[in-house]
Amino acid sequence: MTDSISTSRRAFLKRTATASGFTLGLTLVPVSRPSAMFADAPSSESLTPSVFVSVHDNGQVDITCHRSEMGQQIRTSIPQVIVEELGADWQHVNVVQATGHPKYGDQNTDGSRSIRRNFDRLREAGATAAYLLRAAAATGWQVDISDCEVNNHHVVHKPSGKKVGFGQLVAVASTLPLPDVKQLKLKARKDWQSIGKPMRSLDIQAMTSGTAVYGQDVILDNMCFAVIQRPPVVFSGVESVNDADVKKMTGVLDVITLAAPEAPAMFKPLGGVAVVANNTWQAWQASRALNVKWSDSPNISYDSKTYREQLLATAMAPGEVVRQQGDFATAKQQAESVIEAQYYAPHLAQAPMEPPAATAIVTEDKAEIWACVQTPQAARQVVAAALNLDPENVTINVTLLGGGFGRKSKPDFVVEAALLAKAMKRPVKVVWRREDDIQHGYFHTVSAQSLTATLNKQNKVTGWLHNSVFPSISSTFNPAANKPSDGELDLGMIDNPFDIQNLQLERGEANAHVRIGWLRSVANVYHAFAIQSFVDEIAHQTGKDQQTLLLDMIGPDRHIDFAKSNAKYGNYGDPQEDYPVDTARLKNVINTVCKKADWSQRHKQGRYLGLAAHRSFLSYAAVIVEVEVDNSGSWSIPKAYVALDAGTVVNPEHVRAQCEGGLIYGISCAIGQITASNGQINESNFHNYQVARMPQTPVSVEVSIIESSAPPGGVGEPPTPPAAPALANALFAATGNRLRELPIPLTVKRIKS
Amino acid sequence: MKVTINQKTFDYDGDPAMPLLWFIRDDLKMTGTKFSCGMALCGACTVHIDGEPTRSCQLPMSAVQGKEVTTIEGLSKDASHPVQEAWREHNVPQCGYCQSGQMMQAAALLSKNADPSDQDIESYMSGNICRCGTYPRIRAAIKTAAGKV
Ligand code: FES
Ligand code: FES
Repeated sequence: MTDSISTSRRAFLKRTATASGFTLGLTLVPVSRPSAMFADAPSSESLTPSVFVSVHDNGQVDITCHRSEMGQQIRTSIPQVIVEELGADWQHVNVVQATGHPKYGDQNTDGSRSIRRNFDRLREAGATAAYLLRAAAATGWQVDISDCEVNNHHVVHKPSGKKVGFGQLVAVASTLPLPDVKQLKLKARKDWQSIGKPMRSLDIQAMTSGTAVYGQDVILDNMCFAVIQRPPVVFSGVESVNDADVKKMTGVLDVITLAAPEAPAMFKPLGGVAVVANNTWQAWQASRALNVKWSDSPNISYDSKTYREQLLATAMAPGEVVRQQGDFATAKQQAESVIEAQYYAPHLAQAPMEPPAATAIVTEDKAEIWACVQTPQAARQVVAAALNLDPENVTINVTLLGGGFGRKSKPDFVVEAALLAKAMKRPVKVVWRREDDIQHGYFHTVSAQSLTATLNKQNKVTGWLHNSVFPSISSTFNPAANKPSDGELDLGMIDNPFDIQNLQLERGEANAHVRIGWLRSVANVYHAFAIQSFVDEIAHQTGKDQQTLLLDMIGPDRHIDFAKSNAKYGNYGDPQEDYPVDTARLKNVINTVCKKADWSQRHKQGRYLGLAAHRSFLSYAAVIVEVEVDNSGSWSIPKAYVALDAGTVVNPEHVRAQCEGGLIYGISCAIGQITASNGQINESNFHNYQVARMPQTPVSVEVSIIESSAPPGGVGEPPTPPAAPALANALFAATGNRLRELPIPLTVKRIKS
Repeated sequence: MKVTINQKTFDYDGDPAMPLLWFIRDDLKMTGTKFSCGMALCGACTVHIDGEPTRSCQLPMSAVQGKEVTTIEGLSKDASHPVQEAWREHNVPQCGYCQSGQMMQAAALLSKNADPSDQDIESYMSGNICRCGTYPRIRAAIKTAAGKV
């Protein structure tokens, strides 16, 4: 028997009863099922036991993806997890993108946690729906539920081989009480058929045909288009503007001044002058004719060149100790030799391929938005606050994101659209141009770090001092925040995995002068750059092999005990019992990547390799970059290697893609920079904000995913942090030029021949 | 003036300086051609003008008078161009936003060069940015599609 589409419940029950021998004599009383996981009221035409799954009586299964799709194929991997337990046939699976609503739990697509934080609940959601379908079949057949299995969109009675399609069970299943989680028997790992399989993206047809819809692509009836000239310096506002002249230009519907925010910046729009017109081009053209006088701002003195000096000086001065074991000062006194180096990394812009965009319709008491947001719930909150509406009356529809990388977790652009749609009383799309994106972002912070290693006679590292100094993301939310936050130091600094007797980690003060925000891997990017470059420096100065030294410094297999060094470690919000800092796993990715790259033979083969390894987002990544440098010093990357241990992975094909893309994003982080003069960002588009193009990226990437049954770790971010130090170390091997400051130029001076 | 896009002819009497990109996206509401830099720096907006890959964000309407424009929507019926098929075979897209432009550029490359070397691919594709870093797969997919265009 196969699924068939029923036209009415009665006809369908009748058919069910006759064709599959159902007994419908039982009185099934619908029960109310209040629960946080529970969506809307059940109906007999669909079974919706959780916010994630709906089974319809025509057999269609709707799976709701509550996380934003920005290239990681979460819209494929979430269904993979649910389908595993539900036993659905992909032919009948439809993916629905969730709007922003707290009923889904956390939706902030950020921090590499979509799978790790949802894996169990998604499995349970699939298993719950499966349980109800099985229970319905068991009731109908008057058999024991434990003899009923889900398989290929049917419930099968194992002893007799009878089967019935999902659709036909919906009416009965939707009247049954929800099972307790304890009643659910999740499938054993060895029986997985969907989790762990390299399934193609469900969106790939749309993406290769040009029909996929992103934030910039939203079209509504009667829509107009806005381009905004924002203040060049954060917190400055409009003093005067020639709006009357600009209003007369072709296609211009209105010129609207938006108020400058007061500190803290949070997710507030920056203010400025919006030009609303009949199409993007007219708005853009007219905005060029704007002549705005901007008010003063305390940030007007910001100059990234002088600020760099200040940061480096702070990094070299004693800082506030945040983790300590042993006695570094004594180790230094007793040292045979001391190695010291400073590292600097500039601001970066996330620069997703799709600049931010949002489209809004606002009426008296409601707002509906379509936008490429990583965090639809925050968008809903800020729009509700800005329009003075109840959040329940604000709908945030999440489009595909043309990349996010942290930029689209700040919904300032969504509020802009809402305010303008309200003013225009018609739908408005706010189009951010690339210049807007690069100049008015929430920038990856600028950082300076000082590292000192002390060595004994045998060249063993006896002491390690690391001072990290940067303006904190916290400053965006709290203007008083003037030093690296614990949360940021937890990203690759506090969790130092080295077995060094005398360890001292510090932070220093730094004030922010631009909006600071998350960028893929966040503080791990610069912490890994400094630490993994410094290890290579020590290897070089002591004549050791870097792999050997790294393994040696990491020391014996163990779980790092932070209590021993009086440190608290946040561990990405997850318990260390489930996700320890496991040195064996870190060493394993190093050994794996070295083996793949034939590391030990590199000198003989005349290849220049750079190695780096870093744990972040509860996963372990090691990277080797191979460079070729021509006579002019211009470098290329014939090959790169990544080993990733992310615990249990749902879709190895897309994990591979994240390893490739994450590594390449890390190369971009190594070669780009955002600078400021007089408080204004100097860069504006891809001609002066360098991002990796094909010639700066590996011709091929060999990815090794470590087989693991550990709980899922992050995937989207961990491959990024080791990229910059691996590249810098490879360039050192090839040229003898130690690159302690980012950006790395595309042409590197040779120090050795 | 008249412009032919995917074999359909359209009348246009707006600002002759408006880039073709906005005519395609805002007026025709065909959003497969993407906007990313607006300065001919990234290739997201690539279309074919009489078969030549061109950045539509910097091409004024006055320059397309009487020309044949092909966008991603017109590259093939049912997304069946060998480049589109190879893109799926290699799971190239991540966010997908740059990929219309990448595929238009790659299709043009293969129409001229049936067997491009790594170096040919690199120099022809270096104007197309992919922030998701799908370059290694783009290279592989171009090789798969080579000879089939
Ligand atoms: S949008 Fe035209 S080249 Fe970037
Ligand atoms: S796939 Fe995202 S920018 Fe290329």
